[in-house]
Amino acid sequence: MYLDYKKILTVSELTQQIKQRLEEGFREIWVEGELSNLRSPSSGHYYFTLKDDKSQMRAVIFRFMGRFLKFALQDGLSVICRGRVTVYEPRGEYQLILDYIEPKGIGALQLAFEQLKEKLKREGLFDPAHKKPLPLLPKKIGIVTSPSGAAIQDLLQVIGRRFPTVEILINPVRVQGEGAAQEIATAIEELNRVSGIDVIIVARGGGSLEDLWAFNEEVVARAIFRSAIPTISAVGHEIDFTIADFVADLRAPTPSVAGELVVRDKAELTHLIGSLSDRLGNAMIHQLEGGKKQLTFLKKSVPDLRLIVGDLQLRVDDLSSRLVPRVTHGLQLKRERLKGMRLRLLLRNPALLIKDCRKTISLCEKGLVDSTRQCIDHARQLIERDVGKLSSLSPLQVLQRGYSITRKLPSYQIVKESGTLSEGERVNVVLGKGELFCQVEKITH
Amino acid sequence: MATKRFEDSLKRLEDIVKKLEEGDLSLEESLKLFEEGIKLSRLCTRQLEEAEKKVEILLKGGGKEFETRPFMVEDGTAEHEE
Repeated sequence: MYLDYKKILTVSELTQQIKQRLEEGFREIWVEGELSNLRSPSSGHYYFTLKDDKSQMRAVIFRFMGRFLKFALQDGLSVICRGRVTVYEPRGEYQLILDYIEPKGIGALQLAFEQLKEKLKREGLFDPAHKKPLPLLPKKIGIVTSPSGAAIQDLLQVIGRRFPTVEILINPVRVQGEGAAQEIATAIEELNRVSGIDVIIVARGGGSLEDLWAFNEEVVARAIFRSAIPTISAVGHEIDFTIADFVADLRAPTPSVAGELVVRDKAELTHLIGSLSDRLGNAMIHQLEGGKKQLTFLKKSVPDLRLIVGDLQLRVDDLSSRLVPRVTHGLQLKRERLKGMRLRLLLRNPALLIKDCRKTISLCEKGLVDSTRQCIDHARQLIERDVGKLSSLSPLQVLQRGYSITRKLPSYQIVKESGTLSEGERVNVVLGKGELFCQVEKITH
Repeated sequence: MATKRFEDSLKRLEDIVKKLEEGDLSLEESLKLFEEGIKLSRLCTRQLEEAEKKVEILLKGGGKEFETRPFMVEDGTAEHEE
């Protein structure tokens, strides 16, 4: 077997031929597959692999095509694409250059909606904690809507019916088409800067997903979230849910319902206040009546003070009348006791005692004196008796009879015998009357 | 100058009425609450009656100031083009 050398191609020539055939054969094809290996370098082009369970192929979406992408490309997405096959000679690779791509199963818009909803939810923009309560009585309402649409007419009608005296300021915008989302976002920010606005309504009548698309854009969602004024979103019909609805402080299924939510019925409120006033008055009257009844009842239950006082007075009189004599008697007794004591005290009066004593002393003195006198008298008598006796015995008496007492001088010793004397001694002789002083001349025994 | 928000005034009024209807208060307290209630109901009524009807539309000009002009409310017809 010899190789046929007739048609020997270079690699480039072969590649060139392959390129021609492929590029001609697959100028515009539709392919479905799964997205993977997505890369998006700084060039802005999207490079990925399109595959199914058996095969895979490189694909690219160039940046200028990608601009029209409504949804975000991500790995794992099932997509349907339109494009052409090209061959990249330097690497000998073939690939798809796509000019259209859509998610398989659901529409691009739908997917974009889901993606944004997920993203914002994760960021917390739908969090109930961020939702502000609506004022019960707004003074000025700001409305972002088309000035020529049905939405504004519905709103004005409903609000006018319920609460005609509220102020309304409309900030007109386009509600669909290119740039509408930005206009809506700007309008919301502008109303935030107008003073006195209590609540904002973002409204649009019914339409398809594409028609309502502006209200699903991120810029509108962020503007609503940032709005310091409570915002109601009223977009489309009851079944339409837009991203704006999720972010808003309150969703109204339709603009008409928004009109009902933003203001209460004035007549209803007036009636409510009236009925509260009535109840206030009635409650007060009721309480007062109740109080009166209680007072009357208590009055009856309270015994007549005058009777009581009268009774008490009688008792007092009775008691005091019984008290006084007793007291007086008691006093009397006490007085007598006192008198008695005083008397006893007086009797014990030291002065009296002294007087008594003095008396006693006098008596005693007298007695003493008397008895002494008596004694003396008695003694005197005795003495006199004795004196008489004595007298009769007295030597002096003897002397009277002529006897004498001789006494030796100087000793005056009585001389009883002559022998005691010597001649010439001096002697004293006591006579019955007078004395003699002698000298002894002669002694005889 | 109604510095108190309407809903706060209304809520307070409802509370007062409830309290008075319960009837557990002394006469003095009742009278005080009653007085406050009357004031509130007058305030609320006044707030309701206040304000004139005004429907305006912002003019998209160049200037910073928000200019407005009155917005005509069309008589409602069923169909309206967006």
